[in-house]
Amino acid sequence: MFFVKFNQEGENIVLEGVYRVLSDAIYFNLIREDRYMLFVNGLKVSIQLTVFAAIIGVIIGLLMAIAKLTNNKILNRIATTYTDVIRGTPSVVQLIVIYYAILGSSQLPKLLVASLAFGINSGAYVTELIRAGIQAVDKGQMEAARSLGLSYSQAMRYVIVPQAIKNILPALVSEFIVLLKETAVAGYIALDDLTRAGTIVRGRTFDPYTPFILVALIYLYITSMLTAFMGRLERRLRQSD
Amino acid sequence: MIKVVDLHKSFGDLEVLKGINTEIRKGEVVCVIGASGSGKSTFLRCLNLLEEPTKGEIYIDGISLMEHKKDINKLRQKVGMVFQQFNLFPHMTVLENIMLAPVKVKKMPEEEARGKAIELLRKVGLSDKDNAYPSQLSGGQKQRVAIARALAMDPEVMLFDEPTSALDPEMVGEVLAVMKQLAMEGMTMVVVTHEMGFAREVGDRILFMDEGVILEEGTPEELFGNPKKERTRAFLSKVL
Repeated sequence: MFFVKFNQEGENIVLEGVYRVLSDAIYFNLIREDRYMLFVNGLKVSIQLTVFAAIIGVIIGLLMAIAKLTNNKILNRIATTYTDVIRGTPSVVQLIVIYYAILGSSQLPKLLVASLAFGINSGAYVTELIRAGIQAVDKGQMEAARSLGLSYSQAMRYVIVPQAIKNILPALVSEFIVLLKETAVAGYIALDDLTRAGTIVRGRTFDPYTPFILVALIYLYITSMLTAFMGRLERRLRQSD
Repeated sequence: MIKVVDLHKSFGDLEVLKGINTEIRKGEVVCVIGASGSGKSTFLRCLNLLEEPTKGEIYIDGISLMEHKKDINKLRQKVGMVFQQFNLFPHMTVLENIMLAPVKVKKMPEEEARGKAIELLRKVGLSDKDNAYPSQLSGGQKQRVAIARALAMDPEVMLFDEPTSALDPEMVGEVLAVMKQLAMEGMTMVVVTHEMGFAREVGDRILFMDEGVILEEGTPEELFGNPKKERTRAFLSKVL
């Protein structure tokens, strides 16, 4: 083969070289000074951030979706402004504004502030998911519930939302995947997430490729697990129809 | 029991109800017939404010609906409704469908509500379906569950909005049988229907609606036997 060269002892020089490069990369980027712990801790932060932000996002999304769906003009306006502003600006900018301008002076932990920022961001997308999911529930369901004497909020809680969740869940998992990747900008407020672990390691090893390839692989592994989960969920929800 | 005075309803520029006046007495079975688009369903839906009247008054037990919109959830408990499309809650079992309103609205203890639901299921002939989901039932079974669900709130009057129109022909009978039984027990009923046989047999009074008004009303014998208005005759000749 073209790439195969042999030295005098008959050993493959190119292959030897590749082994050397790879083992060096692994040694310097992962093993030396226990640098793998930077990735592990970064992943922990990224996951915590995603989970907290997802919880906050779902709560905000639920409230805002209801605000959008009621007949109250003021609530409509508030919810529409919220989704327009959040969806119309970059999440990095939102993170920085919320961190420095709004919560910077407070003594809140960074992780909490970032969770809040990403939660507020994700909430806007979740609002639209939930609104669409609720509107997809047959109108007769609300009428039947109201005709039995349930109040609007009772009808929502016991009849509409449980059915809407079935419409919403798969799309919500997909939103969580987006959210996990969005949190990669948390380094802007000096939070040591997974992506920032890559930056830190690069700073120590001066190797620009390996740390980020590792980071990418870790993200990919988590997101493909979520994607697989979403596929299973979709099949399960279809079955119960 | 229900008194309707000069009821008007418009959707935008379209005036669907143009002044309905009628009274429904306790224990009476009133069947509303008429062509599609004559306003029958809208009239029925106004009776529990699923549609809000543009003008006019509705009194239930002497209480004005229009003046008590805030108490509408209380007033609706007196008025059960059965829909053409059943509108069962698909994520709940049959038993849960029936128990929901008594437990959440009337705050009835769960055990009591369950007992009552089982009793009602027996009444509509579906004792064995208590743990089934609506998707596992036939159309006729769904509609009978829907009737049981409405009855669980002990309504004083039951509204039926074309309850058999979405059913396969062989299932119409089982639903009408339940309704007939209900009528014989003395339930006050307002039934929008295309089932002329049912209207004639079970109805105490027939309202014939045309273009947003009650054009003619009377006992089944009067209305089916000797319709006075030309329009009524034309309609009946097509459906009978």
